[in-house]
Amino acid sequence: MTAHPLIRMLDRGAVLFLALLGAFAIAIPVLNLLVPEGSALHVSTYLVALFGKYVCYGILALSIDLIWGYAGILSLGHGAFFALGGYAMGMYLMRQIGTRGVYANPILPDFMVFLNWKELPVYWYGFQYFPYAALMVMLVPGALAFVFGWFAFRSRVTGVYLSIITQAMTFALMLGFFRNNFGFGGNNGLTDFKDILGFNVQAEGTRNALLVVSCLALAIGFLICRAIVTSKFGKVLVAIRDAEARTRFLGYRVEAYKLFVFTLSACMAGVAGALYVPQVGIINPSEFAPGNSIEAVIWVAVGGRGTLTGAVLGAFVVNYAKTFFTSGVLAPYWLFMLGGLFIAVTLLLPRGVIGTYNHWRDGRGEARAAGVPNAPPHAAK
Amino acid sequence: MRGFNGLLIALALAFIALVSVTLARAQSPGDVLAKFTTDDFSDTAEAVEALAASGDKMAAPIIFALQDGRLLFDAKSKTVFIKDASGAILDAATGQPVTAAPAELETVGINNRLRRAIEAALGTLTLLAPEPQKRLEAALAVYKSRDEKALPALDTAIAKETNANIKRALLEARAAVIVLSADAPEAARLDAVGVIRARGDQEALSLLSSLPADAPPALAKAAASAIKAIQGQLEIWNGVQNAWYGLSLGSVLLLAAIGLAITFGVMGIINMAHGEMVMIGAYVTFMVQEVIRTRYPGLFDYSLLMAVPLAFLVAGAIGIAIERGIIRFLYGRPLETLLATWGLSLILQQAVRTAFGSSNKEVGAPSWMSGAFEVGHLNITYGRLWIICFTLIVFVALLAMLRFTRLGLEMRAVTQNRAMAAAMGIRTARIDALTFGLGSGIAGIAGVALSQIDNVSPNLGQGYIIDSFMVVVFGGVGNLWGTLVGAFTLGIANKFLEPYAGAVLGKIAILVLIILFIQKRPRGMFALKGRAVEA
Repeated sequence: MTAHPLIRMLDRGAVLFLALLGAFAIAIPVLNLLVPEGSALHVSTYLVALFGKYVCYGILALSIDLIWGYAGILSLGHGAFFALGGYAMGMYLMRQIGTRGVYANPILPDFMVFLNWKELPVYWYGFQYFPYAALMVMLVPGALAFVFGWFAFRSRVTGVYLSIITQAMTFALMLGFFRNNFGFGGNNGLTDFKDILGFNVQAEGTRNALLVVSCLALAIGFLICRAIVTSKFGKVLVAIRDAEARTRFLGYRVEAYKLFVFTLSACMAGVAGALYVPQVGIINPSEFAPGNSIEAVIWVAVGGRGTLTGAVLGAFVVNYAKTFFTSGVLAPYWLFMLGGLFIAVTLLLPRGVIGTYNHWRDGRGEARAAGVPNAPPHAAK
Repeated sequence: MRGFNGLLIALALAFIALVSVTLARAQSPGDVLAKFTTDDFSDTAEAVEALAASGDKMAAPIIFALQDGRLLFDAKSKTVFIKDASGAILDAATGQPVTAAPAELETVGINNRLRRAIEAALGTLTLLAPEPQKRLEAALAVYKSRDEKALPALDTAIAKETNANIKRALLEARAAVIVLSADAPEAARLDAVGVIRARGDQEALSLLSSLPADAPPALAKAAASAIKAIQGQLEIWNGVQNAWYGLSLGSVLLLAAIGLAITFGVMGIINMAHGEMVMIGAYVTFMVQEVIRTRYPGLFDYSLLMAVPLAFLVAGAIGIAIERGIIRFLYGRPLETLLATWGLSLILQQAVRTAFGSSNKEVGAPSWMSGAFEVGHLNITYGRLWIICFTLIVFVALLAMLRFTRLGLEMRAVTQNRAMAAAMGIRTARIDALTFGLGSGIAGIAGVALSQIDNVSPNLGQGYIIDSFMVVVFGGVGNLWGTLVGAFTLGIANKFLEPYAGAVLGKIAILVLIILFIQKRPRGMFALKGRAVEA
């Protein structure tokens, strides 16, 4: 039990996950760029962008798992942080269009010219610089989460109340971003991007690079989360999840712990959104829809909350299923399946796939150690 | 030439305005009609004036025909004809069909100035119409046109009028004319200002504001004070109207949230499929109306009354099935309940979409729900009024049920202390199912009412779910009165914010305020105290 922190952090599952992610990040670009088209092994550029999207969803799922799985905070508004990060990146991409827009205005994005605006709003200043935009990608969601969390946790809004007000938060933001005079393109959002850091966003090379960067971000996010949950800090989080009042009485500043992970998680969600936008080529207010945030929660539930790897796996599996079913004749039945998934997972598989596996493995290990075959599983929490 | 002609006509009209009444008396109907045949705008205008003042029974049809371009004339014989809607030619003097109309009939031409004269003339004519509704409209038309030529007709009409409402409208029209007439004696104009002031609406305001700057000082002063008084009054009416709209919105919120107050507030179940229960209620209404339309059209006025119990039963049965099938396995795990019921809401929406299609369904309003009446300057539609009444009835019925029936007693017992209730022999599992069914059934009833004011589509429920949760959380969980106060507070606050911030920003502001409010009072306005809180 006194293993080196690094060893504790990188257990067998974590190493396996990172290895798989690395292999994925290398294999897909190789199969796309080097294997000739027509070969059975060739991966189309469409799939590269699709996988890139899934990786971003994976980062979002990871950020949700960090707060839900370990600190017991069920946010139904994480889509808002994701979308805010996306908007920050979208603003950078809009400024990069320059004179290539329909109205060829060197400063104002097309939709502002269309609305007859004469000047760039102050909050758009600086977004032509990538480092500034990249900073905002984390700062804006982080700041919102900090302020929101500071109010919420300090007044001990917990459980479903927190879930409902986070949902109200993303709903309010959605209504706001739908308005034209908010200065974010209203209904249509931001789209028609040309360049990112001087590379064409549509180009094959850029798409592969974005996939690799997304995988890298996922790996970094995973390592940060692992570092947190395997540290003493992480143990306190779990204590808060399981018995908040008791932890408080033991002298821990529960609010500070929660606020820290909540803000960190929002920053991660922001990064996920920022990487998502150049790969799908659009960001609009529907990303704020409460349904999106809840859907992200179900990815985590499917994979297994409190496992980190499970969250990413869940994001991949559910989204792959979504792509598969919504593109075929089964499209009208997708919502039945998604709804059924929500119910089935909560009723039959409350630990999720990875969680159930871990539980089964641990139970077997303990049973073997105790010399009792078929030991009863732990009582469900 | 157009401009010159226009000037001529203007001069002619001004002249006519002063003398037409006396002239008209002197002219025989034949002379008047002959004026239409000269094809000269000013002659036509004179003829219109004269006809209007004559009170001849053919006056109205002739002027209508002129307005529609159906008035024809034969220049040679100086006779005038009306072509009626079927194309038959009538003699304008007698109104009898003409067997052999002259071959080359020309249409009497009109221009914009003439059109205005025609409208004023029609206003004057209809002031004396036998139908009250027409007289009222005519009085309002004169009020708007402020046509001095209508004055004599107005005086006649006022003397004859017996209906108090129309008489008031006529007096106001007369006052409107006199206030702006520079020739009227000052005392009369001051009286008129008083009449207009008593009217006290936006129209009165614009009328008084249009008083020319060279008006006598006493008149200007009276008008200014009247304007101020009217503005103050309008301000108050504006507030009353906002409050009324707020009550209306609040009742809708209450209706949507009241079922949730049972399932979430009393049982602590986060039912994200609550909105879908409302939606199902609306679809039940739609189906009831479909059956009535095709089989028993005479019963249409009772369709909503029939839909209410049906919606309650259907939604309630679905609710009980949900509780037995899903929720009972998830007690004590609120976050999982939330996810499972969200999934359920997706399934229900898609099921309705598959069964009925995703387009909006037409749900009609029975006759007793359409129409409106006015209280002061407040326009109240019967539909809204009924929804408010209905909401309050549902609310009171629910309170009474919880308070006075055995089921209500058992529900409260299980909520307060489940173990003790079970020890007393209450079958708690059955009560859970019935309570959830009750909450869902009330949501179904809400759907019947909401089908009258919202689009009946599979997405109907989604629009209400966040609002409903806000109402319940804001009002205080586990307290029906809190839900009532919460719903009306939010509804009224929303409507009072709307004029300043716009509909969307107002809504955002409300959401932000609630989020802040929850920080301050995490358990809502009327929080339960004591042990029940953590239970």
